[in-house]
Amino acid sequence: MPSREEIFDKVRSALVDALGVDEDDVTPTATMVGDLGAESIDFLDIVFRLEKAFNIKISRGELFPEDVLSSSEFVTDGKVTPAGIAALKARMPFADLSRFESNPSVQNFANTLTVEDMVRYVQSKLAA
Amino acid sequence: MRWFWIDRYEEFVRGRHATAVKNVSLAEEHLHDHFPGVAIMPNSLIVEGMAQAAGLLVADAIDFNRRVVLAKVAAAEFFFDAVPGDTIRFKAEVLDLKAAGSLTKVTSSVGERVQGQAELFFAHLEPGEGVPKLFETDELLRWLDQMHIYEIGRDEAGQPLARPDW
Repeated sequence: MPSREEIFDKVRSALVDALGVDEDDVTPTATMVGDLGAESIDFLDIVFRLEKAFNIKISRGELFPEDVLSSSEFVTDGKVTPAGIAALKARMPFADLSRFESNPSVQNFANTLTVEDMVRYVQSKLAA
Repeated sequence: MRWFWIDRYEEFVRGRHATAVKNVSLAEEHLHDHFPGVAIMPNSLIVEGMAQAAGLLVADAIDFNRRVVLAKVAAAEFFFDAVPGDTIRFKAEVLDLKAAGSLTKVTSSVGERVQGQAELFFAHLEPGEGVPKLFETDELLRWLDQMHIYEIGRDEAGQPLARPDW
């Protein structure tokens, strides 16, 4: 199992290639959308690059659960319901959702995922 | 009318790699203004040629059952200008292919010199809301024939490609 630093380096490299950002911009606390400018199509690109870099398989919706966020079961008036938050936590144990919980509007979710979340995600995949 | 930025394939191996050529001619109207007296093939259109060369390779690999859309141009670099009289040779390679998308690498060369290179990322859209009908079969087949795909194309086992019976 590679160290956290080794994983971070590869994640950073994948994000630099996929998003065209500078290495220096890819800090652990940088948000994927707000700080690094990732758009929805970029997540598919990032999935490809992470799979290749770490030799892992990432199922659709695993990294970015768009199905939960667009579900009428879990979203009311543009906000994710407590049941939706529970579903997100179950799907994304690697992500720190505490900030999102204080203002769980769907639009806000895009700014929740950080580079560190990506690193934790890869760690969880490699440990599985 | 549609934009054709490749003239034909010279090599086409299903789901793997392909080589397509584009002959740059001063008869192309866009070169008259780009630039008057100094015609240069715009690199943006060379990217379009790259996308057509790689896009058909990907679309064939998934049996044309999704709409293949150029979603991202990553790491594009160009080293010199292509001009009228040049034959641009696009070499496209499929790096990764999944149901939802594909990653390809394409180089453009003139003679022995690499003129440009890019990684092209395609999204594969399912037919449905917001995605128009995939294609008119007659029109697509005419284009594939024009590209010589079923004359020179081979599958992974080296066997000739069967022309679809749409």
